[in-house]
Amino acid sequence: MKAPRFSYVRPQSLDEVLRLLGEHGDEARVLAGGQSLMPVLNMRLAQPKLLIDINRIDALKGISINDGMVRIGALARHAEVMASPIVAQRLPLIAEAMPHVAHVAVRNRGTFGGSIALADPAAELPACILALRATIVLASLRGRRTVAADDFFQGLYETARAPDELLVEVLIPEQKDDHVSVFMELSRRQGDFALAGLACHARVQQRAMREARLVYFGSEAKPTLALHAMAAIEGRQWSPQLSEAACAALADDLDPIDNTFGRPATKLHLQRVLTQRALAEAVQRASVQ
Amino acid sequence: MSLEEQLEITVTVNGERITRSVPVRQHLVDFLRTELGLTGSHIGCEHGICGACSVRVDGAVVRGCLMLAVQTDGSDVVTIEGLTESGEVADLQESFVERNALQCGYCTSGMLMTAADLLKGGKSAARDDIRVFLSGQYCRCTGYQTIIDAVEATLKGRGL
Repeated sequence: MKAPRFSYVRPQSLDEVLRLLGEHGDEARVLAGGQSLMPVLNMRLAQPKLLIDINRIDALKGISINDGMVRIGALARHAEVMASPIVAQRLPLIAEAMPHVAHVAVRNRGTFGGSIALADPAAELPACILALRATIVLASLRGRRTVAADDFFQGLYETARAPDELLVEVLIPEQKDDHVSVFMELSRRQGDFALAGLACHARVQQRAMREARLVYFGSEAKPTLALHAMAAIEGRQWSPQLSEAACAALADDLDPIDNTFGRPATKLHLQRVLTQRALAEAVQRASVQ
Repeated sequence: MSLEEQLEITVTVNGERITRSVPVRQHLVDFLRTELGLTGSHIGCEHGICGACSVRVDGAVVRGCLMLAVQTDGSDVVTIEGLTESGEVADLQESFVERNALQCGYCTSGMLMTAADLLKGGKSAARDDIRVFLSGQYCRCTGYQTIIDAVEATLKGRGL
């Protein structure tokens, strides 16, 4: 279908964007890459009064590193993130996730900030930044504030962002030398929506994982930190039995959505399969590091 | 109902600079097809799944239904008509015909636009890589094998 009627503005400065958001709040929608917003408009699932096109705001672009912290601007395109040497070297978890983020034409437009701000339950990047303990920077006329990824994702498409706030950048600590990350996803075709997925980040010493962060997505309403499974493996040497224990604990962590992509039991099974593969892979990667 | 909000844009399409007033809610493919008569880009699903509307904007292949025409103000747009005219993918098109890589042809312009992006990279690609690269393009006729064949043959023909 065709998008419903709306007004369109293309501000030239961040201040102007914030002023418009302050004025219109949730009657306005921010148009970044548009790869999720445009389908929603074309299918008439939303009828915003105003689209605020932020594509020409230079302050929101770019990927840089400063003192061990990688800054990814809200407008960094997925293709840019995928090709970034900084991401490849400092954020191997995100580098591994990128080929799963949609398809080439969508990656050429879709943005990092858009994916985080929308918080689609099947999206890879929210899970990655939660695993990596990133910080989200929000701006509004009221000023700037930072929100830890742990507090940002609150529910199905629900985040800590207020209607008058713009996500301007994400700050992600670079992966330390003694850490390992693994990203895995199951989907019908590569690039399609995830049925199950896991972003894993941990310090590995002598085949034991410490401070492990296991974040599940695809099956859940929001990217979900598996606290019980994490506790089950903390500091213990990897073994098939330990892997089984983590999988058993997952039942207390996950509450898979029942939909046409599968039943909760199927999705829990798939997440357990990924868990076993990912833990073994993490230990393997640590051994060759 | 209020009048349709319009905005004037200047955009280069297939090398020609044009200025038009467009409804702000019109997506790029509708603009190309209805306003400029460039009907080589097809409309399939209109929500970014099928890839039939793929066009090149500022050198990168994009979904024509997921970008507003007003957003291309100041941009360089290339459609299958322009790509054909330039001869950039003449070998790929020949290869598609030789291998029967199309039946109804509805997906073909999008397939060619996307495969052109792969060829433009100038790197070799295994069959699996080609398959992944084209995985965002739907074809309901061929079963994809001949399309992969055609792209693979073109890469080889270019010494990649």
